[in-house]
Amino acid sequence: MSSGIISKGARQLVDELQGGSLEASKVFETYRKRINELTKLNAFITSLEYKPNARKEGSLYGLPLAIKDNISTEGIRTTCASLMLKDYMPPYDATAVAKLKAAGVSILGKTNMDEFGMGSSGENSAFGPTRNPWDIERVPGGSSSGSAVAVSARLSPAALGTDTGGSIRAPASFTGTVGFKPSYGYVSRYGLIAYANSLEQIGVIARTVDDAALIFGVIRGKDRFDSTSTDAKPVSSNTGRLFSGGHFKGALLPQLSDLVSKDVREAFDSSVAKLDSEGIEFAEERVEELELALKSYYVVACCEATTNLARYDGVRYGPVADPSRDWKSAISESRTMFGKEVKARIMLGSYMLSSGYYEEYYLKALYIRRNLKLRLLKLSESYDFIYTPTMPVLPWKIGEMIDDPLQVYLSDALTVIANLTGAPAISIPIALKKGLPVGGQLQGRYGLDDRLLELAATISGLLKFRGEPSI
Amino acid sequence: MIGLEVHVQMVSLKSKLFCACPTDYRGKPPNTNICPICTGLPGALPVLNIKAVEEGLKIALALHAEPSTASYFFRKSYFYPDLPKNFQITQYDKAGGVPLAHDGHYTLKNGKTIRIERIHMEEDPGRIYYEGGRGESRFSLVDYNRSGIALVEIVTSPDFTEPEEAREFLELLQKNLDEIGINVSEYEGSVRCDANISYAGGERVEVKNISGATEVEKALRYESVRQRNMATRGVKVRRETRSWDERRRITISSRSKEVEAEYRYMPEEDLPPVSLNQTIIKNIALNMRGSFEDRYRVCSKYGVGEEAAKRLAGDPALYTLFMSITGANEMDASRVGNVLANEFAFVVKKHNNPSLSGDTSSLENIIRAYIRNGDRSRFISAAHSWVSGIPVRAEEYKPKVDIDTLIDETLEKEMKNIGNLEGKRRLDYLMGQILKVSSQLNRKELYIKLQKKLEGLG
Ligand SMILES: [Zn+2]
Repeated sequence: MSSGIISKGARQLVDELQGGSLEASKVFETYRKRINELTKLNAFITSLEYKPNARKEGSLYGLPLAIKDNISTEGIRTTCASLMLKDYMPPYDATAVAKLKAAGVSILGKTNMDEFGMGSSGENSAFGPTRNPWDIERVPGGSSSGSAVAVSARLSPAALGTDTGGSIRAPASFTGTVGFKPSYGYVSRYGLIAYANSLEQIGVIARTVDDAALIFGVIRGKDRFDSTSTDAKPVSSNTGRLFSGGHFKGALLPQLSDLVSKDVREAFDSSVAKLDSEGIEFAEERVEELELALKSYYVVACCEATTNLARYDGVRYGPVADPSRDWKSAISESRTMFGKEVKARIMLGSYMLSSGYYEEYYLKALYIRRNLKLRLLKLSESYDFIYTPTMPVLPWKIGEMIDDPLQVYLSDALTVIANLTGAPAISIPIALKKGLPVGGQLQGRYGLDDRLLELAATISGLLKFRGEPSI
Repeated sequence: MIGLEVHVQMVSLKSKLFCACPTDYRGKPPNTNICPICTGLPGALPVLNIKAVEEGLKIALALHAEPSTASYFFRKSYFYPDLPKNFQITQYDKAGGVPLAHDGHYTLKNGKTIRIERIHMEEDPGRIYYEGGRGESRFSLVDYNRSGIALVEIVTSPDFTEPEEAREFLELLQKNLDEIGINVSEYEGSVRCDANISYAGGERVEVKNISGATEVEKALRYESVRQRNMATRGVKVRRETRSWDERRRITISSRSKEVEAEYRYMPEEDLPPVSLNQTIIKNIALNMRGSFEDRYRVCSKYGVGEEAAKRLAGDPALYTLFMSITGANEMDASRVGNVLANEFAFVVKKHNNPSLSGDTSSLENIIRAYIRNGDRSRFISAAHSWVSGIPVRAEEYKPKVDIDTLIDETLEKEMKNIGNLEGKRRLDYLMGQILKVSSQLNRKELYIKLQKKLEGLG
């Protein structure tokens, strides 16, 4: 087990910094040293020198944090792990970053990721794959690969990630960390470089649920720069089950278990048995609407991506086009800078939005999405949470799935649900299998993020998972 | 047949459609009137300027168009260097979208009606600048100062037959926009349009980017001569897009192969729909600094008779009172309108330029009491007080009950019931019946009068 500063969680660091027993610069330099020692993990695209934060009265004063490289940071290059933005220097801070800075946070650096958030393994980066600290030959999960690795390998006490179809929860599951995706709209997306804007949220990767809640508490809230943001509390008649005497009820979705590998299923089933013995009630539910969830997710995500990424045309970002060529061939050439996965999704989206296909794909996907949302909202009247594994498989070897993109898409089947519905979801580590972490996913009811966090903290406490990579 | 797509630049607004940048970009150095939002920087999000929607609705009302129940935005994708996101945020009438308003009409001086198909909002792109002219410049420079200014697009049906009609329409429209506070005539190029023109047998030709009324007439005249000449020479006019060259006064083929444009519209999920309910629309109508015609039109729409509507429309202060008092119910609106235009206007005339800025809900009570009981003299006296700014108590306009009439009416109604009642019992019974109808009467006065009446009956 690690010791000293790097062994302390975010909450503990903040307490000691405020109590005066720790120096902000000392904490930062300790992490910075470790980041430089463990560059082989390729967790950071940009790491920064210590810059003291003047907000000494801030609630997180002195806490160093890592930020995923698709969240805009003023004057710090923000690449989305793409050649297209390799020199892009945002002139403004994302709202979430501005809030962290105002609370006294110092930024350790910008973390590696799948290009523009498109990927589930952390391999699709123009800066090379991120490596899993539990086994550096294996993927750490994506797309917030660097943020999860930084937290798992003690390169940062916690990190911001973004989650479009599981991009926070998947790498949290693969690295034995906690990954929390808030309800859609509960954290401002202003400054988050869009991949699929109706699905994605900024969230937190941390070592404990409590640390995730601490940081979420600072970045949440309505923002006048994001019209979809909200801090509305759900009205009381709409809150579903109320906790009574610590009695929780979870829904299980056995229809998805065909997707789940034997190792993960064993770990998951024993966690259910353990929780059941601790008095948490489970019941199985069949949700017809889930059958087409993954497909509708990829339709919506690709369609949104094709418009969101249209602006990268070489005029202001990316390589300068040859001025002697005509506009169309110049931008076509600039756009070859995108990685393979990004190009594939842009093309799929363009195709599905074309006349004649729009109704057949996009509108159908919206319809499926709406029905799923209504069905799960109804389900949440009878349950406190839906419990599934986060990832259906253990982390695979880097390069192993390169020729099987569909298999990789399938690994998102359990996580995309919460992005389609907008509900909050969290992945917590539940066990080790073959020396690799397995994550369990709890999905709550839209807007009841605090309750989901409380519940996740309780369940974490019951499962008593302890462990960190020996790196 | 000629149809127009008119783009009105909303320079009367303080800020752009989706960001806080000012709209007075004219004359500023290139790229100094910009922010992350209107330059489409990664991560920036649009936030709707609700004032733009209100101004758009004003235009819709002025063109007698039906506002939609909600305002939605779509992304229209095409690659062009002046479009920072390579999609334009606009409104769309298909795929589940609706324009801001639809199905309006506009009447020309010769009495001809031009149908308005739809009115929608969108963002203006930036501008491409060619140093030394399009053919000479080594660079295409982009200036985003204009990017994101709100545009209102008005699409007419192909109802014009002559180029002069198109000019007249634009001139009248411009005048009308100025009247409702959307100043366009001060700013050069703030009204631009595309024109579709076809003559018998020929296909539709679109002439793009014509600025102002005079240029439209010139461009259409040129195009009609060109197309007719082609027809007489037996050359078929093919569907194409042309642009108007103001300097050379000709239209030039854009040479692009005419294919059905593929704009890949999709909903703009970053902008939640805005509901446009009747209250919002009524408030806009109320605040419209409209012309006499506009006000007259609104009054007629609410069912106010011709003479009364003219009087209300002719007096903006009366009109404002009318709009704030009248309910959604048209029956009620016509009565309120008539009282304001007649009895109330009569009272106002007796005063010297009254401000009419008193509490409208109190005036509303006075008018409604009058509509119910028809007591003209009480209304006139209460209205005088209101106009003078003297607080009016409810008793002053509530119907004054005439005890004698009430007694007569009750006796008539109750005659068969009192036949077997004697003396005091008969009196008590009638007292009870009358007080049931009007409990606030002075009991002593009623008792004495009723007693006298019964004595008279014997
Ligand atoms: Zn701006």
